[in-house]
Amino acid sequence: MTRHNFSVKIQGIVFSLFLGCAALAAPEQVFNRGNGGEPKDLDPQVVTGVPEFHIVENLFEALVAKDPKTLAPIPGVAESWQVSKDQKTYTFKLRKNAKWTNGETVTAKDFIYSWTRLLDAKTGSEYAGQGFYIKNGKAFNEGKIKDASQLGLKAVDDFTLQVTLENPTPFFLSLLYHHSLYPVHKATVEKFGAKWTRPENFVSNGPFQLKKWEMNKVISVDKSPTYWDADKVKLKTVNFFPIDNHNTEEKMFRAKQLHVTDEPPQEKMEFWKKDKSGVFHSHPWLGSYFYWFNMTKKPMDNKLVRKAIALAIDREKIVTYVTRGGQMPGQMFTPPGTGGFKPKAVLPKDLSRLQEAKDLLAKAGYPGGKGLPPIEILYNTSESHKKIAEAIQQMLKQNLGIQVTLFNQEWKVYLDTLQSKNYTLGRQGWIADYNDPNTFLDLLVSDNPNNKGGYNNKAYDALIAAAGKETNTEKRLGLFQQAEDLIMEDFPVLPIYIYTRVYLLATNVGGWDDNIEDIHPFKYVYLK
Amino acid sequence: MGFRYLLRRLALMVPVFFLVVTVIFFMIRFAPGGPFSSDRNVSPEIMRNLEAKYHMDEPLMQQYFRYLNDLIHLDLGPSFKHANRTVNEIIGEALPVSMELGFYSLVWALVIGISAGMFAALKPNTLFDYIPMSISILGICLPTFVIGPAMILVFSLWLGWLPVAGWDSWQDRILPSLTLGFAYAAYISRLTRGGFMEIRSQDFIRTARAKGLSEGKILVKHALRGGILPVVSYLGPALAGIITGALVTESIFAIPGLGRFFVESATNRDYTVVMGTSLLYFTLIFVCNLLVDILYVVLDPRVKYE
Repeated sequence: MTRHNFSVKIQGIVFSLFLGCAALAAPEQVFNRGNGGEPKDLDPQVVTGVPEFHIVENLFEALVAKDPKTLAPIPGVAESWQVSKDQKTYTFKLRKNAKWTNGETVTAKDFIYSWTRLLDAKTGSEYAGQGFYIKNGKAFNEGKIKDASQLGLKAVDDFTLQVTLENPTPFFLSLLYHHSLYPVHKATVEKFGAKWTRPENFVSNGPFQLKKWEMNKVISVDKSPTYWDADKVKLKTVNFFPIDNHNTEEKMFRAKQLHVTDEPPQEKMEFWKKDKSGVFHSHPWLGSYFYWFNMTKKPMDNKLVRKAIALAIDREKIVTYVTRGGQMPGQMFTPPGTGGFKPKAVLPKDLSRLQEAKDLLAKAGYPGGKGLPPIEILYNTSESHKKIAEAIQQMLKQNLGIQVTLFNQEWKVYLDTLQSKNYTLGRQGWIADYNDPNTFLDLLVSDNPNNKGGYNNKAYDALIAAAGKETNTEKRLGLFQQAEDLIMEDFPVLPIYIYTRVYLLATNVGGWDDNIEDIHPFKYVYLK
Repeated sequence: MGFRYLLRRLALMVPVFFLVVTVIFFMIRFAPGGPFSSDRNVSPEIMRNLEAKYHMDEPLMQQYFRYLNDLIHLDLGPSFKHANRTVNEIIGEALPVSMELGFYSLVWALVIGISAGMFAALKPNTLFDYIPMSISILGICLPTFVIGPAMILVFSLWLGWLPVAGWDSWQDRILPSLTLGFAYAAYISRLTRGGFMEIRSQDFIRTARAKGLSEGKILVKHALRGGILPVVSYLGPALAGIITGALVTESIFAIPGLGRFFVESATNRDYTVVMGTSLLYFTLIFVCNLLVDILYVVLDPRVKYE
């Protein structure tokens, strides 16, 4: 090869590389999303994680969808719906042109099959609880009722679905957007078993269809031609890249290999916050970061100790210097704005009530922290949890004289320790399953399997049960406020901060709205 | 080499393999937490059904024998985490990627390592020796999670020549294989240098020199075979490690290889994937070491196995 030839070749390579990059930047309507981890499955009734949700919300269409701007329920497969006076019966009119990707029509029976499947214990769905609002849902799941026809589900005809609920459930329409209640195609599921979610077998009813799934590499979905509202869908293809390494993801974003990231690395947060290009997004999110007090063990069985600790944490400092993603100090348990609920900010942001904390600790019999049994903070191994735990350790030592040790465990071991209540203070993050205060406050009901601190207050249980039956919104939010008040009196948990969602989004992306539920249906997204 | 020796080695593999299966099977099951523990607890009914689906409701010994039986039929079972995949499929998808990455890395490692080592050995204790050996110390000291991002920064973000991450085009192969190969190249260069220095003081080299052969010819024709023996013995475990242990490189460059499954399965308590990947690793080490021993006989006339 002559020197000239060689340089021509190099130029050719450089040129094609340039073209490759340019192709991503040009509005070819191929969207690349950094999607966190590798999804465990794409079966709406089986999956549990956020990466899975990002994909299935585009492959399937719910009965009732959500407006990405206002989060209000908007028609999905159902064109319209009626709610009975007692708010216990919903009648949905399904559109006749809603199709599966194989061309078949979506009918009311598909929803009955899918919801029965969710509730059938044999499916082993971790989200079966989302179906407990349906009449007899819980009893059926627990095997107390064997006959599925006793569930509150009725196909009046192919396009009319009647759903009867246990209680008036004001957030039921919002709940319908949860992936566990998406419809699945019966014949496909029954024919292929667990393998129905492979691209070659996959049948769905949403704006996109599954094209490719290469593990740990990419999941590609293409615009579905059978979708009833396909004219609105502008993106041709969406690629979901399962990149668990935030540093890699951020570099791919900088090289224009991605249009949106899952999350920038924490150490780069300050850099991106100062960035003026407009790619940095940070908005409130329905999530609460808190510590469980193990109320079954000394000294956390003592309300005074719990309250003293809750008042001796400088939450403002934690969000400003430790988490640094624009989080909000946890002055309450339920994130403000959840389902229109604005809980009172009871806890101080800073140390303004420190004296009260000291007095409480003294009253509990541990003046200046003397004589207090050892306190240990349990968290799952992670740099960010560690930093927060260290900050709290230092604050408790400085402010109350309490000696705290840190104890980190690998994820599954940590879950086991938490579950067996073998801890004093245990970390927990809770992200809403649906946009209603119940998704947080239900957590502290005495028989909730996720109540890991052992809180058992009959008055609290009664409040949450009453809220589940209340049809008047104002009264209902009032009941939730009373529940919040009880939490701020009993302190079964130590609220630390309210989550924010932080990510980088290319400036040429349109139709993407920041919202509290972090929902961004690709039906509306396009490249400018 | 004796055919009987080979047979004996292979026969030895059977009880060791059995022991490895048994130890891993019980160790992972005794670790706290299980494949279905999550931060959202499910009701006991659902848990029972989940366990029944994967035969985890059976007594442990029965599960063990079931696993052994499946294993004999080369069935590694379904993955607990990746519900629509079997372990055979996961390995089938990820192993070729890992082997490809491993192959390129090994080529880099051998080409860079052996030439740098020989170069250094040719003129020991001069700059020709010091410079490559200093770089190799750097290669040994700097972990891949430093080298990888640094290379991305230079070649992808500053120069814009290569993609940051991914595994599609040939350009995607360059940075990860260099990153992974660099550390091995560093070791290999030092081993090569050491091997050559030792060989060069041997009588037969002196004889060759006395015959008037040039230093380069001596190196390639006479010293090479013996000089790279230490490299060869290092290659066995290195090869197995390069194929299954590229976790960090895979994570930095978003490569769908086996290394990620190897580690993630343990943290997920994905019992069947833990078993499958560990057994594969064991088999790889065993086979690689056997190959190395065979290669020894070919390279070194003094070595004979009975």
